[in-house]
Amino acid sequence: MNFLKRLIAVLAVLPGLAFASEGGIPLDKAPERNSVTSLQNGAKLFVNYCLNCHSATAMRYNRLKDIGLTDDQIKNNLLFSGEKVGDVMAIALRPADAKIWFGAIPPDLSVIARAKASPAGTGSDYLYTYLRSFYKDDTRPTGWNNMVLPNVAMPHAMWQLQGVRTLKMVQEKDPHDQTKMINKFAGYEMVKPGSMSVNDFDIATADLVGYLGWMAEPAQGTRKRLGVWVLLFLSIFSLLCWRLSASYWKNVK
Amino acid sequence: MAAFKETTFPVDAPAAEKAVGWIDDRFPLTKLWNDQWGAYYAPKNLNFWYIFGILATLILVMQIVTGIFLTMHYKPDANLAFGSVEYIMREVPWGWLVRYMHSTGASAFFIVIYLHMTRALIYGSYRKPRELLWLFGFAIFLALMAEAFFGYLLPWGQMSYWGAQVIVNLFGAIPLIGPDLSLWIRGDYVVSDATLNRFFAFHVIAIPLVILGLVAAHLIALHEVGSNNPDGIEVKDTLGPDGHPLDAVPSHPYYTFHDLFGVSVFLLIFSAVVFFAPEMGGYFLEYNNFIPADSLKTPLHIAPTWYFTPFYSVLRAITADFMYVLMAVVAAYVVFVFLKSRLAFKTKAIIAVVGLLMIIGMLPAILDAKFWGVMLFGASVMILAAMPWLDHSPVKSIRYRPTWHKYVYALFALSFVTLGYLGTQAPSPVGGVVSQVCTLIYFSFFLLMPWWSTMGRFKPVPQRVTFHPH
Repeated sequence: MNFLKRLIAVLAVLPGLAFASEGGIPLDKAPERNSVTSLQNGAKLFVNYCLNCHSATAMRYNRLKDIGLTDDQIKNNLLFSGEKVGDVMAIALRPADAKIWFGAIPPDLSVIARAKASPAGTGSDYLYTYLRSFYKDDTRPTGWNNMVLPNVAMPHAMWQLQGVRTLKMVQEKDPHDQTKMINKFAGYEMVKPGSMSVNDFDIATADLVGYLGWMAEPAQGTRKRLGVWVLLFLSIFSLLCWRLSASYWKNVK
Repeated sequence: MAAFKETTFPVDAPAAEKAVGWIDDRFPLTKLWNDQWGAYYAPKNLNFWYIFGILATLILVMQIVTGIFLTMHYKPDANLAFGSVEYIMREVPWGWLVRYMHSTGASAFFIVIYLHMTRALIYGSYRKPRELLWLFGFAIFLALMAEAFFGYLLPWGQMSYWGAQVIVNLFGAIPLIGPDLSLWIRGDYVVSDATLNRFFAFHVIAIPLVILGLVAAHLIALHEVGSNNPDGIEVKDTLGPDGHPLDAVPSHPYYTFHDLFGVSVFLLIFSAVVFFAPEMGGYFLEYNNFIPADSLKTPLHIAPTWYFTPFYSVLRAITADFMYVLMAVVAAYVVFVFLKSRLAFKTKAIIAVVGLLMIIGMLPAILDAKFWGVMLFGASVMILAAMPWLDHSPVKSIRYRPTWHKYVYALFALSFVTLGYLGTQAPSPVGGVVSQVCTLIYFSFFLLMPWWSTMGRFKPVPQRVTFHPH
């Protein structure tokens, strides 16, 4: 009987295990972003807001030609510190300095959208939720905290677009101990609006996350397009092989 | 050695025939073709389970070819390795395809090999006179696991690094020599650049050479005794007037085209994965491995790749509490052997002494659970080699065994898959108990096989194979 109770208790906790290691809030689904315009918008946001602290050293600037930009467009809009269009997206920030200033080295973002996948959601889901979960927290050195990655060393890079938000907490009875009260997360409160509305910021973040997803595997589109033809060919080839084999085996008694 | 005799051809004979004749006078080309494939008679009733040998050879060739192209661009340096893999994925023309074929091929290799071994288990393909064939196959399995382990460090991701750290540290559990052995394997006090360089050498040349040699030996051993078949009867016992088995057909053209069909279906499934799901939900390409290795950040859950998880589960199941269960089981087994086996008294006495030493060794003060975990981890792999001598069934194939034997095999398969699944998950109280039960089932399947394989009413084995013309 004791074992059965333990078994049920363990099984009941299982759904929580899905995001137990990450932070504590369920992940939103990142909206689909396949159009070239949204990917270009995402590239613009990435270069402007992320590429100061984060590098993306596997990504070459001229690879952006795959999402419809020309060399001149890249040169005139996305190169800020004397890079050449064939250079990789390296940054000037030295890891030792970053460790002192932030407490952690900002990771390279080349394949971040593949690295952050988990049972709780795809890498894009994680990034989409993460980038929209910053809130003002005066106890932190940067003044910012994040619901997806508590006590993160990263400040809210896009605060000017989203605005400043604080956490809304409601008090309710602790389900394990009815005499105590706990603080439960109940959303965010906009203290100082940014230059974008809530909806526009969500769209911009979706574009940025779409770009990060593309950058993690630029060959993805080619891979899937080619895959259709490969499977079509192999289906017909298998069919022919089957009939050829059958034609020989009908002689075997 | 006979004197050299040149084959003469009529003047108007085709050039190709003359060329082959010239080679045949100096190298047994046609003889090799005929002995190994062309006129190699294989049973005509081979079914779906018999495709996996040829698929394993195909995957081996594919891994070697894709591997060669990868080594043209990969850099085995701790600072450059991760970046070089991304370079292959983005900058090398078709590099992404070569990489995905290699990573999918590794997982496909294990799926195919596990199914290949399943065939041997259910049809008794390891029974006399194929014991050596089975042992060569077992050696290939060991080499394959080593190859996969060494290869997995090369991308130098978080899972690569920490998985290697855990497994090499297991060698530290060996008494007396353990820590020095781990140091020697790693080339350093922790997994580092030195480890990466030597694992690269093992993965690229040392073990592939061993595998190729073992595969050659495996095929030579097979062709010497002839293939088994789903009915488990020896087709060579019934020969036709031409001296060939009545129930066999020459491999060419029958199995050339039959296997070509099998290969094309395999390539269809393989391509579907490579082009549409190369990560396979994080099982073929683990998500954590897209983070560069960081010796200062330990991942929350370190798990080996899926194909090692059944054996990894056995390792994790051996806890300090479980040691008492193991002591009782060893004692019970020794008693059982004494009462029920027909071995010579001297052999039984040796088993009793070994059992006693094991029980003493399992006391917490002597050798800790970590050591026994490593021992049983190794034993769970090694016990497969003993199959030809554990199976005492009067029939080879599962078709003619008592029906309840099929449930025994199913239970074994279920416990193996359950252990595999649990190995992918973080440890948990319930998972721990289940993996301990499955470990006991797993070892019981083998260690009790000399008895259960003889029990029950066996069905009459036919003289000729069951074949339905199609």
